[in-house]
Amino acid sequence: MSILIDENTRLLVQGITGSEGSFHSRKCMEYGTKVVAGVTPGKGGSLFEGVPVFNGLEQAVRETGANASMIFVPPAFAADAILEAADAGIPLVVCITDGIPTLDMVTVLGYLRGKTTRLIGPNCPGLISPGKCKVGLMPGDIHMPGNVGVVSRSGTLTYEAVAQLTEQNIGQSTCIGVGGDPLIGTNFVEILRLFEKDVETKLVVLIGEIGGTAEQEAADIIKEMTKPVIAFVAGGTAPPGRRMGHAGAIITGSSGTAQEKIATLSAAGATIASSPAEIGIVARRVLEGSA
Amino acid sequence: MKIHEYQAKEILAKYGVPVPRGGVASTPAEAKEIASQLGGAVVIKAQVYAGGRAKAGGIKTAQSPEEAERLASQIIGRQLVTHQTSPEGVPVEKVLVEEAVASKRELYLGIVIDSATGLSVIMASEAGGVDIEEVAAKTPEKILKAYIDPIIGFQPFLGRRLAFGMNLEPEQIRPVTQLIGDLYRAFEERDCSLAEVNPLVVATDGRLLALDAKLNLDDNALFRHRDYAELRDPGQEDELELEASKHNISYIKLDGEVGCMVNGAGLAMATMDIIKLMGAEPANFLDVGGGASEEMVTKAFIILLSDPKVKAALINIFGGILRCDIVARGVIEAAKQIEIKVPVVARMRGTNVEQGMQLLAESGLPIILAKDLKDAAEKVVAAKQK
Repeated sequence: MSILIDENTRLLVQGITGSEGSFHSRKCMEYGTKVVAGVTPGKGGSLFEGVPVFNGLEQAVRETGANASMIFVPPAFAADAILEAADAGIPLVVCITDGIPTLDMVTVLGYLRGKTTRLIGPNCPGLISPGKCKVGLMPGDIHMPGNVGVVSRSGTLTYEAVAQLTEQNIGQSTCIGVGGDPLIGTNFVEILRLFEKDVETKLVVLIGEIGGTAEQEAADIIKEMTKPVIAFVAGGTAPPGRRMGHAGAIITGSSGTAQEKIATLSAAGATIASSPAEIGIVARRVLEGSA
Repeated sequence: MKIHEYQAKEILAKYGVPVPRGGVASTPAEAKEIASQLGGAVVIKAQVYAGGRAKAGGIKTAQSPEEAERLASQIIGRQLVTHQTSPEGVPVEKVLVEEAVASKRELYLGIVIDSATGLSVIMASEAGGVDIEEVAAKTPEKILKAYIDPIIGFQPFLGRRLAFGMNLEPEQIRPVTQLIGDLYRAFEERDCSLAEVNPLVVATDGRLLALDAKLNLDDNALFRHRDYAELRDPGQEDELELEASKHNISYIKLDGEVGCMVNGAGLAMATMDIIKLMGAEPANFLDVGGGASEEMVTKAFIILLSDPKVKAALINIFGGILRCDIVARGVIEAAKQIEIKVPVVARMRGTNVEQGMQLLAESGLPIILAKDLKDAAEKVVAAKQK
């Protein structure tokens, strides 16, 4: 098992004919992901690498049975793309796009309330269930199938953590980047609950960063979890009031600091990796300790 | 994106938010002219991208146009150092000259987007003024909140709830409700990440006025507000940061000695953290971004080395979309354009790492290669100390 995506995922790509969309769609197909449809308004009826392209989601879903969507639409049109996917009833929508206006996301999250669609992102690297399915930008070859779930607000720092796990010969069940924006569709809490229920996942690695209160909310769930959690929080050296690349990574008040988040996670029972270079080693120790 | 107080007030006035009479001056003579037009006592306010101006001597009251001229000459052209600025402070190029207002009450109004609920939230308090942060920390019950459901948007009942909650006099309820609605409309239509009026005063003559105003604009929404480019004041920004932003490089200058160039914001922060763990201080945050070109890497590397405090540099790349050979080529090109005077440590992983490492090794540049993150951090801190 794994969470959210696996060998039964039938992926649709919104913006499949764009430069990023086409590049990453090919990479996902090479990894083994079943890409069943693409959507680019105005290019309906054409084929992309043998995959049918549609003008809109409703028809694409009806004709191909797509059950997940990956969005590579420019920021000005991305909110519309997410809304179209939700309207078409797609259960999982992964929005890669970086730079969506925050107020657009207020509208999107408002529409998604009470709907069955789960949104991952935006401004995220996507997710991968190693050996089964990849929906995102991550380099597939650093992953290996196994029992550790990884959830993170970052992109390349997630790759760093995954590579360290793989070097320790520790495989992963599913690795998810939830996104670096202040407003995201799925937060740590929901992913931790899914990992807790997943029989394959034995350990969870959580990678947080400064800003917001997502790590503190995660801590409340970690207290109730039966599975061990390892946490690293990036940005201990970041000054207050400055935006560190991610729009969400800005310290405004003491709850947003790395120190506060680490203290809360530690008090909830998470094992803290104090250095970003030790995530793999700490995972090894925790697995051996619990084995 | 930050803008000045006078710009925020101009925007808010268009939405019907009452602001004091006044004008902006770049010279003491202009300040005198505005003061004489206003008549009576005036307040001279330094226009900088930082709070804490009053305590730093950036806000002064003048009783006559001549005094306004004299005080303006003391403020314009100086570096203002407040608790929110770097030790060097920020330059004051303009002052806002406004009618002095005697207030009966000082209220607080603020609007932000709450990431926990995904909703815009209007905050109001009857304890407005300079110590609002302390009020929020010590007596959070004095900050009233109204969340905006995007289905209905702002509705008058929300404004009334806040107005009555602030214990206003009956004749103020209607205008304050109106003002909250106008502020919210500005927040939403102008794509703000923050809209704040602190204080909102009830003047002794009964007028309601936004005595100070702050609007932060959402950088992501710049594409639908073409006029925002004109609002930007490059004089308030760090030269290197400004140069970086022109090339879509996310760079923030800090005070340490180890410069770093990284792809991805999270990894960039983690790289700063490990430099600190090894006993040194990072000189900057620098995320070249996922889709960086060779030119962007060259530019980024030159920018980070332009900081005179940098004694050693660390390149940490986990190639995904960004290929390691592109990074190597960018660095080699930078070395052709400027002389690299400090030791450089490079650590690369991921896409095309072999080509990248080989390019660096064969470049003849004195670049120290590292095998992983820990090794890289140890090597760069050791190199700095030599």
